[in-house]
Order: sequence, then structure tokens, then C-alpha cells
Amino acid sequence: MLIRISNLTKHYTVGVERIRALDGVDIDIGLNEYVAIMGSSGSGKSTLMNILGCLDRPTTGTYELDGQLVSDMGAAQLARVRNERIGFVFQSFELLPRATAARNVELPMIYSRGAWFARRARAREALTTVGLADRMSHRPNQLSGGQKQRVAIARALVNRPAILLADEPTGNLDSVTSEEILALFDQLYTDGQTIIMVTHEPDVARHARRIIRMKDGKVQSDLAVEKDAVNA
Amino acid sequence: MMGLMRLSLAGPVLLYQSIVLALSQIWANKIRGILTTVGIMIGVAAVSAVIALITGMKQRVLSEFEAVGTNKIFISPHWPEKRANYSFYEVAFRLHDFDDLLENCPSVSKFTHIYSRGWGGQTLTFGSKVEDERINVMGVDPEWHDIEHRLVQMGRPLTVMDNDQLRPVCLINKTTRDKLGMDRDPTGQYIVWDGVRLLVIGMLEPSASAMMSDSESREVIVPFKYMIQKARWPWYSVMAMSKKPEASEDAKAEIEFYLRQKRHIRPGGEETFEVMTAQRMIEQFSRVANIVTMVATGIVGISLLVGGVGIMNIMLVSVSERTREIGLRKAVGARPAAILLQFLVEAVVLCLIGGAMGLLLGQGLTSAVSAMIPKEAGGGQQMIVPMSAIVLAFGFSAGVGLIFGMFPAIKAARLDPIDALRHE
Repeated sequence: MLIRISNLTKHYTVGVERIRALDGVDIDIGLNEYVAIMGSSGSGKSTLMNILGCLDRPTTGTYELDGQLVSDMGAAQLARVRNERIGFVFQSFELLPRATAARNVELPMIYSRGAWFARRARAREALTTVGLADRMSHRPNQLSGGQKQRVAIARALVNRPAILLADEPTGNLDSVTSEEILALFDQLYTDGQTIIMVTHEPDVARHARRIIRMKDGKVQSDLAVEKDAVNA
Repeated sequence: MMGLMRLSLAGPVLLYQSIVLALSQIWANKIRGILTTVGIMIGVAAVSAVIALITGMKQRVLSEFEAVGTNKIFISPHWPEKRANYSFYEVAFRLHDFDDLLENCPSVSKFTHIYSRGWGGQTLTFGSKVEDERINVMGVDPEWHDIEHRLVQMGRPLTVMDNDQLRPVCLINKTTRDKLGMDRDPTGQYIVWDGVRLLVIGMLEPSASAMMSDSESREVIVPFKYMIQKARWPWYSVMAMSKKPEASEDAKAEIEFYLRQKRHIRPGGEETFEVMTAQRMIEQFSRVANIVTMVATGIVGISLLVGGVGIMNIMLVSVSERTREIGLRKAVGARPAAILLQFLVEAVVLCLIGGAMGLLLGQGLTSAVSAMIPKEAGGGQQMIVPMSAIVLAFGFSAGVGLIFGMFPAIKAARLDPIDALRHE
């Protein structure tokens, strides 16, 4: 198993109130799965996403990523795990406005070991994967929304992460562009990439092969998607 | 701050990246950066200019002392604390006080009496020309030529005979000759000083020292014994020379002992004279110069402090403006130490740029000020901000950047990536 989550809880204290954002979650995700996490706001899906992405630590329970017990790690170790094992795609792209597409894609490698001299070549490779080899030296303001998200995906892929973690990746895009991005995800999945995507849109979630629905901090349902649903 | 401890692992690559990033960040906010560093710039400019000027002056003055002679000893009458208890004649040296100085003070090689009437209230006349300004008439012994290194260009120097026979002769300098409109070679002509006719026997070389003498003064050098017997108030001093500069302190002690005996001052009694060595004067001057440097540097340090607060302010603004960027960097794997380094380097680079500009400004200031100082006061020559000031300035700037950049950098490093990415 790539991801093994057991009895995970996350509690926040807001004022005097104790919020159970996650309340005993067990999820296993294998290599080369394409999972969508759904749920209404307040369901705990964002918290789950943050913990899966090693941006946050659970209150109790364990999270094992590729054999490593992530839930016990400190800030610096988690940063390294994020750098080497996880690629993030955000709803609002989060590109550095003054940096070119290539520089944006190189960003994670600045913080990795040993990638120094291969940076430009690997950025080119990642941008080629997302179909933007000819936009290397464009700045974000010279790119369309879909192109920006492709650059962001290239950035997520550049360190060859174990999981691609996408948080509402089509939230800021029109439907045509959204389909393009989702087609790219399908392609990456077909090429062997493990993808976990948080979304509240059923049309988007339908691209995944497995849908986990969250409600009140618990897993409400965990179902495989019919194969032909991809083409629906 | 576990991240801080891992800073050593960050490696030169990350440092290089941070510097490149800092430069591009500063370049993107040029105006803001320049305005922010004004405080540092002015501080550094002031420090470097003060140090350059004082160092320059010090070198100048010390080289003056070299020219004057570092083995000189100045002996003068001195009113003790309780002035009223002493009469003029008890304090003033008597004519024969120094007659057996050389026999009693083995460290002294030679000496001259010096009697000077001071500047005002006297006239020099040659033919119809009358001069009454900046007149410097001095009575000296023939040894004066050796001690002051002042020989004659024309005619002959003073001799023992001139002195012993109270001859009414004199040496003049070029200024006196020119102001009185005398012949190119003035020897053999007579000038009148306050009603006394003096035969000009020679013309003096100009002094080697620009600061200790005034090229504009109308010098007239007369035999000491002739001049003192004409003086109403025979108040004179003595300039002696030790055999070598290192012997100055011995010579001073010997002279003090000799004079106490001569003047019958009991042990513990107050001295009615003062013996000052050139060495001691150099030391005193150096000490004063060092104190001035330190005080000025301290005052200027305050302006650096103010500059530092400006840096801290702008770095806090920068951290808050770039909160999302920090969140993103953390999400893609930047450790807290890397973020800390990035902002710390930016603050330091900003300060170093300010420091470099301050040094340029300081050099400009130094050149401007040294151009304004008149030549006689040691100005005019090129003064350069010394290496020590450059090192100090960059050290200070980097220090200010580190200290005042630390708080914003820690703030950035501690940001929670989730909150940072949600920041608007």
C-alpha cells in the first residue's frame, strides 16, 4: 500500500469549542490509483487533504506513506517528504508572478538535494509532459488559465512524486479548459501516476476510479467508479 | 527553531539561490529598497567619512611631527596652580638658568633659548615700506639652525659671536624680504624693527613643516642675547633636543631634576616650569584622535540602528506581502530554515547595498571636506576611506541586516503553510 491511514483524528479548538474535523478515518490507497475525495464544506475533506499532503499533522492515529510513518515527523522532515513524494496542484495555481514557466517548474528542485544541474532539463521534460514545451520562458501573466494550471501540474510532477495531490484543480477554469486539464490527469494516470483529487463537482469526480465521500469528519462511502463512467 | 539548527545543512546551493532571489526581489522593488537603505547609507557614509578624515588628519599631523623632529623637548616657564603666590621673576627663567644644562643632562644633545615678542604691536621698516602684520620676531641661539633644521639660502647663519657680542643682526625669510620690497639678496641691507636697526646677514630656507610654521608670517631671527637684554619682560622658553627620540623621556627627567635644583624647589614643591617632549605630544594627539573616532563612530552607530529599524519594517512588509509565496514554497518542500535563510539573506543584501552606496557617499563627503580644509591645516591632499573603515562599514551593515532581519525571517519561517496559502 502506498498510503495507509488508520484511526486518524484531527481536532481543532476554536475559542472554547472543540471541532472534530476528522473523527476516526481509515483509508488505504494503493499505487497508481486515481481517487477523488468529495464532501460538502465542513465535511473534513480539506483537513484530510492537508494531512495527506503532509502540510498538517493528525491529532491521533497514524499515516504511513510508502512505508514511512509520516504522522510522527517534525516540520523539516515533513518538508522533505513534501518535496520528494508529493506534488501539489492548487485551485488558484499559485505560480510566482515574476518567474517564467520554467523557473516556476524548477521551484521544488531548489529545495531538493542533488537536482541542481539537471534542473532546467527536468523542468523542460515536465513542461513537455503537460504540452507546454513552447512556453518555457513565458511569465504567468502571458499564459491562459489552463496553461497556468498546466505549469502548476508540471511543477507538481517535476520531482516525480509518489502522489499528485490536486485541490479543486478545475475550480478556477471554464468547462472546456477543465476538460483539458482532466484529460491531462487521465493521461498521467494511464502513465502510472497516483492521483488524489479533492472536489465537490460530481462531473470532475467522475474522472477518478474511486470516490471517497466525507461527512462530519468520517468516511461516508468509498466506492469504485464504473469504468465506462470515464467516458460519460 | 529546530530549523535554525539545520541551517548548516542548507548548503551553498541554497545560499546562492537565496542571494539570487534576494537580488531579484530587491530589483523588483528598487525604489522601496533604496528608500529603505537610506538610513544605513547615511550611517555608513558618516562613519566612513569621519574615519577617513580623522585618519587622514592623524597621518598628516604625525608626518608634521616627523618633519619637526620627534626628539624635541619644549621647556617653558609655567605658573603653578596658586598663581598669586608667585611673582613674575620667580616663574620666568633667568638669563643664566640653562648655562650648565648640557653638563647635567647627558641625554640632551643641544638646546636653544627662544624669545618671542608675539605677533602684534610691532613694525618692520625698510626704506619707505612699513609692515605691521603677522610679524614674528624671535631671539634664538645659533643651535636653533640645527634643532629646527632651518639653514640659510643666502648670506650666513647666526654664530656664537653674534650672540655673545649682542650684535644687532638678523636673518629674514622670503616673505619678509618680499613684503618689504628688498633686493633678491637682502644681505647687507638694514631693516628697522621698532626703532632698532638690524643688519640682515642672511635669508632663511622655508620651514620643512607646513603646519608648524606660517609661510605668510614675516620672520625675523635675532641673536637671543641681544634680544633678551632689550626685552621689558624677559619671558623666554627653551627648545632642547635629545640625543635620540627614545632618549626623550630620560632627557625630560634630567631636565626636570636640573631645573628643580636650579630653582631650589623642595621635594613635593610645585614646579614653576613645564617640560614637554614631542613624543608625549604625539601620544596625546593620537589619543585624542582615537577618542574622537570612537565617539563619532558611536554616534553614527545610532543612525545605523535607526536604519536597521527601517530594514526590519520593510522586511515585515515583504513577509506579509509574500505570505502566499511562502506558503507555496513550504508546500513544495522548503524547510523552515530555507525560508529563514531567504529572508535573512534579503535583509543582509539590502543592508550591504546600502553600505556600499554609503561608502561611495562617504568617499565623496571625504573628498569634499578635505578639499575645503586649507593647506596649512593639513587639507588639500587626497584623503581616502581606509580599508579598516570599509571592512567596518560592511561588517556593520551585515550585522544590522542580520539583527534586524532576524525577526521578520523567523516570522516567515514559522508561518503555517496551510494558513499562508489561504492568506489573501
